[in-house]
Amino acid sequence: MSQVRILVGTRKGAFVLSADAKRERWDVSGPHFAGWEIYHIKGSPADPNRLYASQCSSWFGQVVQRSDDGGKSWEPVGNEFVYDGVPGTHLWYDGTPHPWAFARVWHLEPSLTDRETVYAGVEDAALFRSNDSGQTWQELPGLRDCSGSYWQPGAGGMCLHTIVQDPSDPGRIFVAISAAGAFRTDDAGKTWQPINRGLHSEQIPDPKAEVGHCVHSIAMHPSRPNVLFMQKHWDVMRSDDAGESWREVSGNLPSDFGFPIAVHAHDPETIYVVPIKSDSEHYPPDGKLRVYRSHTGGNQWEALTNGLPQRDCYVNVLRDAMAVDSLDPCGVYFGTTGGQVYASPNGGDDWAPIVRDLPAVLSVEVQTLR
Amino acid sequence: MIRVVLPVHLRTLARVSGEVQLDVPGVATQCSVLDALEARHPMLRGTIRDHTTKRRRAYVRFFACQQDLSNELPDTPLPDAVSIGAEPFVVVGAMAGG
Repeated sequence: MSQVRILVGTRKGAFVLSADAKRERWDVSGPHFAGWEIYHIKGSPADPNRLYASQCSSWFGQVVQRSDDGGKSWEPVGNEFVYDGVPGTHLWYDGTPHPWAFARVWHLEPSLTDRETVYAGVEDAALFRSNDSGQTWQELPGLRDCSGSYWQPGAGGMCLHTIVQDPSDPGRIFVAISAAGAFRTDDAGKTWQPINRGLHSEQIPDPKAEVGHCVHSIAMHPSRPNVLFMQKHWDVMRSDDAGESWREVSGNLPSDFGFPIAVHAHDPETIYVVPIKSDSEHYPPDGKLRVYRSHTGGNQWEALTNGLPQRDCYVNVLRDAMAVDSLDPCGVYFGTTGGQVYASPNGGDDWAPIVRDLPAVLSVEVQTLR
Repeated sequence: MIRVVLPVHLRTLARVSGEVQLDVPGVATQCSVLDALEARHPMLRGTIRDHTTKRRRAYVRFFACQQDLSNELPDTPLPDAVSIGAEPFVVVGAMAGG
């Protein structure tokens, strides 16, 4: 029988939530790495028992952990992230040049096909790859050649937080950086191009600039790798040409600010966002926690509320904290900064908390085990 | 024999309980003790000091014999009581509230 395993990263440790395909009764294990910030945990599509976790703290820096038994046991692997060559500078908050310096790993993205290969998106923004299961890391420096000296951090730091691999083309990878924008490589990371045409950001001097946009998250359905959905700082966007151009699909959302975006496992036109009131008020509009679903790839949205708090709710849902399983019906999951992890076993129609009182949730990933 | 006390999070990471006891060749200094510690427990590399520059991480402190040695030069000899194992070299996570 199929199983679902949810990998939850929080401000004070990791948790693994497991259930059978009914997704009614959940086993909770953790905290793993108690007391450490777990920015992201993700399993290898090539070997679901191979997991990678980004563990860090203000005191002791970055650790990367690897599991080969689905999270029962873990082994620290390499944590040395050295920028290629002379790293140079990017722009600091005051507009002056600032040396590139590694702070932490925001996102780990295992290869779709090779369990030994994993990508790491880091702050200050860069993409690293390991071909030896995380023991050593090498930067793909071509990304920072892509006007990196003009990138400038947003309030959350200059992080590379999104890595999306094209399942139909091993050379094509999409990444997103706050606050630089979206970028694409077609040659496995050697060269990159900005893919921000059509984005409009009033918070930068030229709202249509080639770089400088604060992209929050990008999602793709594996059956249609040229169709991308983006939650930007403000605006929900869509591209039908692999990022060559974007158009806004915010439609009737109550707010088009938010962080995560996800695509239904079986319907590539069904997408999910969690509207947040504004860039300074990081909680749902009107104190009502609502996931919004579009069956039309954007523009027409419906509020999903059944089982979610509809009064006095002032939590946030961070960019990596929503994911779907691949069962039928599709399960949708998200975690909040209030420590709840909500699950919907029926595509968003109904919700229930799996856990209510974890530390603030930073990331949620889902594995469907068959 | 040099005795090293690690904060709980680094003991967990290194999978040790209690003090770590190290044979440190030559003069015991912050640098030579940490070299020996990281050689014994490679997962601690980067968690106490920078991989490349070897500078102490900002929120890590080094205490011994009721003294704060955090800002001593890395090659300064440690107190005799540490070098003979009478007192431990203590790695501390700096206090942080909130």
